[in-house]
Amino acid sequence: MTVSFLILATLTIAGMAAAMGLRNLVHCVLALTLGFAGLAALYLQLGAQFVGFTQILVYVGAVAILAVFAIMMTQSAGGLTQQALSSSWVTGSIVAGAVFAVLAWAICSSAASPQILPSQPEVSVNQIGDALMHRFVLPLEIIGLLLTAALIGAVVLAMQEKREKP
Amino acid sequence: MSPLTSYLLLSALLFSIGLAGALARRSAILVLIGIELMLNAANLNFIAFWRYGPNPAALTGVMFTIFSISVAAAEAAVGLGIILAVYRHAKTTDLDQMDSMKG
Amino acid sequence: MTPETIDQIFVISKHWLLGPLPATLQPIGSAVLSVAPVLVVFPLLFAITTVLERKGLGRIQNRYGPNRVGPYGFFQPIADGIKSLTKEDIVPRTADQAVHFLAPLLLVLAAFLAYAVLPIGRNMVIANLNAGVLFFFAVGSMVELAVFMAGWSSRSKYSLLGAMRAVAQMISYEVPLVLASIVVIMAAGSLSTVSIVEMQAGYTSIWPHWFIFTPWGFAGFVLFMIAATAESNRSPFDLPEGESEIIAGYYIEYSGFKFALFFLGEYLGMFATSGLAITLFLGGWSAPFSFLTWIPSYVWFFLKLLTLIAAFIWVRGTLPRLRMDQLMNLAWKFMLPMTLLNIFTAGVWHFMPVGPSRWLVCTALVVAPCILLSRGLKQGKKLQMRTYRFAE
Repeated sequence: MTVSFLILATLTIAGMAAAMGLRNLVHCVLALTLGFAGLAALYLQLGAQFVGFTQILVYVGAVAILAVFAIMMTQSAGGLTQQALSSSWVTGSIVAGAVFAVLAWAICSSAASPQILPSQPEVSVNQIGDALMHRFVLPLEIIGLLLTAALIGAVVLAMQEKREKP
Repeated sequence: MSPLTSYLLLSALLFSIGLAGALARRSAILVLIGIELMLNAANLNFIAFWRYGPNPAALTGVMFTIFSISVAAAEAAVGLGIILAVYRHAKTTDLDQMDSMKG
Repeated sequence: MTPETIDQIFVISKHWLLGPLPATLQPIGSAVLSVAPVLVVFPLLFAITTVLERKGLGRIQNRYGPNRVGPYGFFQPIADGIKSLTKEDIVPRTADQAVHFLAPLLLVLAAFLAYAVLPIGRNMVIANLNAGVLFFFAVGSMVELAVFMAGWSSRSKYSLLGAMRAVAQMISYEVPLVLASIVVIMAAGSLSTVSIVEMQAGYTSIWPHWFIFTPWGFAGFVLFMIAATAESNRSPFDLPEGESEIIAGYYIEYSGFKFALFFLGEYLGMFATSGLAITLFLGGWSAPFSFLTWIPSYVWFFLKLLTLIAAFIWVRGTLPRLRMDQLMNLAWKFMLPMTLLNIFTAGVWHFMPVGPSRWLVCTALVVAPCILLSRGLKQGKKLQMRTYRFAE
């Protein structure tokens, strides 16, 4: 548990907790962006350069902007008139706490922690491209179809219906 | 505590924060953000196991994470499109008020 | 003083300065010595560009630019700097204070981070990342978030409208920007900027191996520069910040030093994208002809950068502003298909045998869709007398 891991973990947890806890929706998304950046830094620390930069490019650069656009378009004129918490928030929090307890118990008591840590793997983007084209070509093509379907679906869902002129 | 255990605990904590947010918040957009958070926690898990696992040269963890990021982005787009369509109909994103199938 | 010594003089002086430092301080010292020149040179270039742009635009518009301060007005940036540093910093009372403060910082941070992967000269890159080009685009996508933060936090209708337009424009043009650079990555086989430049540094007789001297490279360069102009919100794509449209758009509520930071961030983004265009298409720090390699590599980089800046200023003074729907049509209906066809053309170029046949085929594959797409976009819109449609 190095110092850099502790700092990044604290930053990420603070960002994500703020994202789930703040009242103002745009503040939530900005805290979420901070959490995404912290996660990208953790990926870089683990040696996955490509994934770290892709996380910034996709999540910070696209998903966060998408979320703020959706918040802009679904805000009623009254502003923050609705309450923040759902009516079943007690049950939800208890369930989430129970899930964390079970996961933490499973992690700490498992034998999966290696005693001899392997050295940093050197992965180049060439190897990722090679793997995408040889071993993972079927998931790649399916992801292409999925993204096309999602693109068309999102456009159709968000399109304004044309009103016929009488 | 080995580094792998610390990363796994961090991702479990992030997952439960996302789950708590998705279950306890009223706005539909925040539920979607909670789901994104859960997916990110799973990605961190994958990368941690890739780094400290037995066979990092097979790149399985990295590949799974790349696909998971793309699927999550597509799902966020479609989910927010659905929220927009529902908002146009019901004029609110409050999930507690969407409790009837009629309309 | 051989040409190689002059070429590597910054690298040699950095090693000489690092010599007396103890071993534990070496990494930090090396990082500081690599980063400090970038932090000094590019804002200086920004200052020179502001006065060059105002004088250049003035001359294009048949007037003098600023010519009072200093010889021919070249001390104008000093006057502008003093003005923006001493102006009162007004923040609206209903503005979101924290986000309002952080937005220009995030913009300038993202703009400066992008210089980490640009090779300014031979062996002169701050970070030789394996995924350098991807890092550049990842950092560039943080600019959109900063723009949105600026516009939303001001709680003003003009700034929100400007921010929405700016973000929509930037995300629309990010796709052709990335696709236009994928052609180069495909041809070079690597995402590292250093290896892309080294691949273009060879010469056949006297002609360089730059990627712009191929059909797909030239089309890619043109598409990249159009997308870069739109990404930096520069004219003719400056509707989000057009002065005659919505005054200043997303930074309308900023005054004094924060406004100067926005200005700095926008210009730095422009320089960084030009630097990437030079790295990808124009051969980075390599000389155009093999008999000119005695001129140092960093001199060539800055000469190419100044040429691209002059081209930006020229385009700004010449073309009228595009409307929002024209802008979006251009991005999605023209540039996206063109970049995809460009990728296909680069693949054809790679697999055809070397000779005039592949030049003909690839040029036809690039020029024909350009003509057909632009004709398709113009269809139905005949140029005629302006008609008015009144609201009912």
